[in-house]
Amino acid sequence: MTEIKFATAKPNKIQGSATEWAEQLDGAPPAAAKLPPLPVAKVAQELQTAVEQFLYRQAEILDDKHWDEWLELFTADGHYWMPASEEQTKADGMPNIFWEDLDLMRVRIKRVNHPRAWSQKPPHRTCHVVSNVVIEKHDPASGDVVVRSKFHMAEFRRDNVRHFVGKYRHELKKTKDGYRIKLQRVDPVNAEGPYEYVLLTWL
Amino acid sequence: MDGSVTGDIRALVEPDRVHRKCYTDPDIFQLEMQNIHEKTWIYVGHESQVKNPGDYYTTLVGRQPMIMVRAKDGKVHVLYNRCPHRGAMLCPDRHGNTGQTFKCSYHAWRFNLDGSLLKVPVAEQYEGTRFDLADKQFHMKPAERTESYRGFVFASLSHDGPDLRTHLSGAIRAFDDMCDRAPEGEVEIVPNCFRVIQKSNWKIFLENQLDAVHPSIVHESSGRAALEVEKDIEKRTGKKAPLSYHYISAFTEPFFRWDTLNTMGFPNGHCTLEGYMGLRPKDPDTLEYEAVMEKHYGKARTEEILGVNLHHVLVYPCLSVQSPLQQLRAVRPLAHDRTLTEIWHFRLKGAPEAIYRRSLDYYYLVNAPSTMINADDLDNFWRCHTGLSSQGGDWVSFHRNAGQDPSKDGVYTSVTGMSELPMRHMMKTWADYMTNGGRR
Ligand code: FES
Ligand SMILES: [Fe+2]
Repeated sequence: MTEIKFATAKPNKIQGSATEWAEQLDGAPPAAAKLPPLPVAKVAQELQTAVEQFLYRQAEILDDKHWDEWLELFTADGHYWMPASEEQTKADGMPNIFWEDLDLMRVRIKRVNHPRAWSQKPPHRTCHVVSNVVIEKHDPASGDVVVRSKFHMAEFRRDNVRHFVGKYRHELKKTKDGYRIKLQRVDPVNAEGPYEYVLLTWL
Repeated sequence: MDGSVTGDIRALVEPDRVHRKCYTDPDIFQLEMQNIHEKTWIYVGHESQVKNPGDYYTTLVGRQPMIMVRAKDGKVHVLYNRCPHRGAMLCPDRHGNTGQTFKCSYHAWRFNLDGSLLKVPVAEQYEGTRFDLADKQFHMKPAERTESYRGFVFASLSHDGPDLRTHLSGAIRAFDDMCDRAPEGEVEIVPNCFRVIQKSNWKIFLENQLDAVHPSIVHESSGRAALEVEKDIEKRTGKKAPLSYHYISAFTEPFFRWDTLNTMGFPNGHCTLEGYMGLRPKDPDTLEYEAVMEKHYGKARTEEILGVNLHHVLVYPCLSVQSPLQQLRAVRPLAHDRTLTEIWHFRLKGAPEAIYRRSLDYYYLVNAPSTMINADDLDNFWRCHTGLSSQGGDWVSFHRNAGQDPSKDGVYTSVTGMSELPMRHMMKTWADYMTNGGRR
């Protein structure tokens, strides 16, 4: 070790603050952007209940793997969409975690049912809780509804439990057979995070 | 490990089989990081990820957290993500724009975008000390070496070794093939990275990439499912199903088709797999694209470019590239039994949108976290790693077509597409790196 000679400390007159130091280099921070209010529709309790029941039923169909009924939940041109990030405003032509029409959903269903779908040994089991149901838009003429909600899903597979939590936004068409999904948007809180293994079916 | 590490390592790799310890021993993992990943060229990112000055991306090179950043003069730097004051990580997020400077969150030191120290607060208190603004020890440390090839940035954390081009040898085709397919000769990254963790050793992933025996077995379920729906669509609409269905239904090809593929091994461990899918249909989108290509390159050169039938290039030890579909998977080993893959895709500059959609569809079907393809690969990786961690046997067999790998000037060619040549070739390279202090 070389010997180090230190100067004798002399009292300094110390100037400034951390804020002054930072703002002198970066300027003052910009004002926070004002967000538009979240839309909420005023609806009758009956409608609220009917929409909630639809969401609960979808969750049950998914957990119990009633795949034929799953496909029936969607309109013929319906899509299941999980954007790669919450900022995304469109699905087409961009990377998504899920972007499936009925045909792709059929591929997924046929695949998990195949006797040699290796990652389905043993099959995964899931349980959804759906809540915080807020109707965003209701068109009294057509009966169509846009609804936001939250979900919590636990998945059990080979002694491991994974949890997924996030937001749903359903665009529902009112048909003579009840609601059908035109578009279901799903935003897991950890959309951009690393995935420990993949998502075998829909959240 | 006991005894001489070198002797031990050599004994673990035989020409046609390797010892399970290569995958499951945590000490070997540390040695790999030291002798391979923190020595040789590792892919960091693409220049188009950091378009503007101050744009940065963080990642790992070996065990080292690094920042790739664009400086004011347009140069791309790769820096260690560590404050030279007391060590705080400077960029804790994955990407962003740091403005004119890097700002330390702890004692507010400021660094220029090339890592040099700009300013410290209350600097007069350093008077009479050994601290010096110009002294490199107080600057963010750059990667020992940084080079890029056609926009793909690599770093080596060692001052010596071959330059990037020499190192890449035959694997350079990955980047040439991808960029040449762009009418403007360049690709641009699509700013989305899917990250998936594999619960297995990083080498299990690399070995899988050029394994032409596994696809029709592992992906049978998805291949059959896609084939059924593909036929269904054709019956229902009277038109051809979208090309994307073929990406998956192609997995149902019989063994003899996989065997016609061509596998090669290049110096430094790189491997290629050729001859799969082809992807030159005669639909209007392809024809439009070919016309654009001819405008840029002329007929002969266009034919030459589009005639390249690479399926997969493995850039040892860090990348799996599918150039005809512009897919790239970077391998970031986290532990002996945990591997992160960072998955990207690219746009061919100047190509019609429909051609980008092909790349996007493949990215979705094969590489998204909802993949119906990698789901079964990852499951097998986990099964392999778990099995190898047991005492149920010491050796991993690479005997398929062993002893039949003709070589010329250090380039190996397989006699059949399904040969385990790539695995033998990579592990031979691995043993060289491991026993030679990271030199080959
Ligand atoms: S640790 Fe960075 S300024 Fe102190
Ligand atoms: Fe595979």
